[in-house]
Amino acid sequence: MLLVLLLVPLFAAVVLAFIGDRRFAPEINIAGSAATFAAGAGLAVQVYMEGPMLAGGKFFFVDAFNVYLSVLTSFVSMTTAIFSRRYMRREREHGRVGHIRMRFYHAMFQLFIFAMLLCLLTNNVGVLWIAMELATLSTVLLVSLYRTPTAIEAAWKYFILCGVGIAQALFGTVLLYFAAEKVLGEGGEALLWTNLSRISGELEPTVLSLAFVFLMVGYGTKVGLVPLHNWLPDAHSEGPTPISAVLSGLLLNIALYALVRCKVLVDGATGTHHAGHIMMGFGLLSILVAAFSLLRQKDIKRMFSYSSIEHMGIATFAFGLGGPVATFGALLHMLVHSLAKSSIFFTVGHASQMHRTQEMDRIKGLFRGNPLVGWGLMLGVMAIAGMPPFGIFTSEFLILTATMKDAPLLTPFLLLGLAVAFAALFRRVQPMVAGDVPSYQKPMKAAHIPVLLHMALVLVIGIYMPDFLNKWFHTAVELLK
Amino acid sequence: MNIHIAAQINSFLAAFVLLTAFGMLVQRRMYGLVHLFTWQGLFLSLNTAVVGYVAQRHHLYISSVLTLALKVILLPYILHVLIQRLKVHKEIETVVNVPMTMLIGIALVIFSYHLMSPVRELSTLVTRSTLAVALATVMIGLLMMITRKHAVTQIIGFLAMENGLFFAATSATYGMPLVVELGVALDILIAAFIFGIFFFHIHTTFDSLDVEQMARLKEED
Amino acid sequence: MKVYPFIIEFLQIAVLLGVAPAFTGWVRMLKCWTQGRTSAGLFQPYRDIVKLFSKDVILADNASWIFRFTPYLIFGAAVLAGGVIPMLSIDLPLTSTADVIVLVALFAIARFFTALAGMDIGTAFGGMGSSREMTIASLAEPAMLMAIFTVSLASKSTSLSQMVHVIYSGQSVLRPSLVFALLAFILIALAETGRIPVDNPATHLELTMIHEAMILEYSGRHLALIEWAGMMKLFLFAALGIATFFPWGIAASGDIGFIPAAFLVMTLKLGVAGAGLVLIETGLAKMRIFRLAEFLGSAFLLATLGMLSYFILE
Repeated sequence: MLLVLLLVPLFAAVVLAFIGDRRFAPEINIAGSAATFAAGAGLAVQVYMEGPMLAGGKFFFVDAFNVYLSVLTSFVSMTTAIFSRRYMRREREHGRVGHIRMRFYHAMFQLFIFAMLLCLLTNNVGVLWIAMELATLSTVLLVSLYRTPTAIEAAWKYFILCGVGIAQALFGTVLLYFAAEKVLGEGGEALLWTNLSRISGELEPTVLSLAFVFLMVGYGTKVGLVPLHNWLPDAHSEGPTPISAVLSGLLLNIALYALVRCKVLVDGATGTHHAGHIMMGFGLLSILVAAFSLLRQKDIKRMFSYSSIEHMGIATFAFGLGGPVATFGALLHMLVHSLAKSSIFFTVGHASQMHRTQEMDRIKGLFRGNPLVGWGLMLGVMAIAGMPPFGIFTSEFLILTATMKDAPLLTPFLLLGLAVAFAALFRRVQPMVAGDVPSYQKPMKAAHIPVLLHMALVLVIGIYMPDFLNKWFHTAVELLK
Repeated sequence: MNIHIAAQINSFLAAFVLLTAFGMLVQRRMYGLVHLFTWQGLFLSLNTAVVGYVAQRHHLYISSVLTLALKVILLPYILHVLIQRLKVHKEIETVVNVPMTMLIGIALVIFSYHLMSPVRELSTLVTRSTLAVALATVMIGLLMMITRKHAVTQIIGFLAMENGLFFAATSATYGMPLVVELGVALDILIAAFIFGIFFFHIHTTFDSLDVEQMARLKEED
Repeated sequence: MKVYPFIIEFLQIAVLLGVAPAFTGWVRMLKCWTQGRTSAGLFQPYRDIVKLFSKDVILADNASWIFRFTPYLIFGAAVLAGGVIPMLSIDLPLTSTADVIVLVALFAIARFFTALAGMDIGTAFGGMGSSREMTIASLAEPAMLMAIFTVSLASKSTSLSQMVHVIYSGQSVLRPSLVFALLAFILIALAETGRIPVDNPATHLELTMIHEAMILEYSGRHLALIEWAGMMKLFLFAALGIATFFPWGIAASGDIGFIPAAFLVMTLKLGVAGAGLVLIETGLAKMRIFRLAEFLGSAFLLATLGMLSYFILE
């Protein structure tokens, strides 16, 4: 099941590299992603029934933490593929992308999913790094797909800054291997996460704390934590919207996943809360800076990119805080943020296609122009801003409670960040959805399945947490202790 | 070859790697940069082979050959072709304040030495002292990417950083496991193709490879 | 008290005085050959000096005592420096009183007075040359000291004899710090002795000359002394480089019997050094004066790297 999960997107990428510009290519894309999702769900059921497992000669490894992210990844990529069918068709009609670029787009989309899944499922910390770099590389040229000066600039920034950042992570990995080799002996065994977590108490604490600084800077760049976030708003706003959706919704999660895995090892080795404090610092800074930057945005996709930074900051902060409640909240937050944010990007994509601009001042009257897009955006923003009864409210509430208990002095800052972000988002969304339809707005058929599905899920999780999800998170919390 | 001499050769090559890193930091001409990068790759490859011989790790020979193929032959060739095709070989970059950059570079070396001293204490390998040089090479690559404003130069800085990382792996642990080394090499290869495509995009869109003019995306107030 | 070291000391100074013009002649000869010209021969510098000594001294009306005093001082400093650097033997009486820092100071004094003399007459060229010379000096001297410290770190002493002795005993051959120091030293030596790419000793072109501009007003025996001192300086830097980085062949004890062999080896090494210098000079073009900061900056960088690699790698 695990191999199927990895091979499907890879196979789809190869197929789409040849026929990605045909009329039925988007359907193949959807079929591939659906098959990936099916495999992911199958794997989840298997893990749910039988517990954590190793596969492929210890090369792959699945536990509660990464299986839930794999299901999430395959699910969101499936819905994004559905959304991208309409979206990219429209872009093609507008003449923004040609044949070759369509082919390239589809192939790279699948390759990107493959890289993310490999990141999640691999047991080898070195391969984790490689897959992360692969995920970056496969999306760089997607960001510059439109070949406008700004798109190329954004992609270049993305390429260079993430390249620099991720290099630091490799150095951290080298140091980690150095420490592990002393305990586990040489050879590939010393980089396997299952081995590392078993002996993390014996690793040299000084080396590990040093390694964590590098890993934090490296993977933190990919998470988009302030002050390493410079590339993120550009990359997320200049590419095609389906790519923005998966970058914001999935790739950030994956990077955070890598960071959390490393943190577990470092905590085990040092026996202190040193790594957690660093993460809390970065997280809180990200929340505050992103919240205040939200106020200044004019471009709609840019604004939601900053919102992604803010939410990643919240999750990082919560993981850094540690403890069962905060970790539970962080896991839940990753899930609901990913669903809500990609849904928002779907509606934003349609909205900007209808107005042929990404400037918020020129987007108006969405409720009347296209109720699905308007309400989708409105509800999405309500969800992402943390209004009950959506799932993000639950996760943020949990995180806030844990903060009040463990670090009460930081609560006001957290609240301030959340409040500012809330205000900034609503101030902007109100004029876009309400009012009359402007003359330049063009009606279009929106892809409604992805938006509805995502919002429904966020709502359901907010009102009633399914039992299996609850149990899952609890297992994951145990793992990350 | 006894261990003592091998250690000396090793530190010697490390010194040359560092020297080439500094050379790249202040070199203005494109071809000069590519040549320095090639030399750095060659020193690295030789060093890996020497370490492999001393430590009796045969997979290091594979890494050494891989480095030779990738960083001494393939990447410089690609860069040469790109520089020629894009007609940037005559472009001379204005490097601001060379002495200052050099001083920062020296500070970075000291910083790396300081940072790596605990690791050095713990290590028993012949190559332990070169780890600081490896980190310094990474840092100088980073500095190069920050101070230079030309796309080709930034990429060379990026590759120099990658060299430093590879060097770090060799000196800290006698190389990463083979699967990781191969994966990293693959990533670099993909990156090479991507920046190749990028150069063309930037060149057609901006009419030059100077990245200074890519400054449209800023926070607006 | 042993007598032989004193004899060797005097021998060495005699060698300095005698061989320095020949070394300059050798460099010029090689340069002529590489450029396809007919050379004036190995002994042309001697003939120049003799000729200048036989000429009258013409002094400007406003020349002060500094102007008249400087040639003797420069010459004296060069001779004294020759007593400090182990050329033939390590066992020199002067090296126990004067270490390598004194050596740098001797060169600095000579330079200082040259610059003063350049300004003394009040001509435009003199002042210009002096200001350029001091610019170079302010950049070259820190680098020079840095390079020397690197070597003295390796030998744990600033005494030249001691340095030579340590390298001589040859505990380690491949020392990255010494390689860096050597590279730095070569750059500094080019700057200090006024060779291409820093200064061109063969030109009197207003825009580029540095050293020649300062001594433009000298004539007769004064000029002879200055020229001779300049030749000795070139010789001394070559000897210093040889002593610190390639000392093999220098007599280790105060035994006078080794001196002829040491002299032979020294001549050979000087020949090679001259050839290297010519290679550099023909390979490079003279730098614009504003680039000099970078050139000497790299020397400083190399010296510092040498020092760092002593700590990091050794």
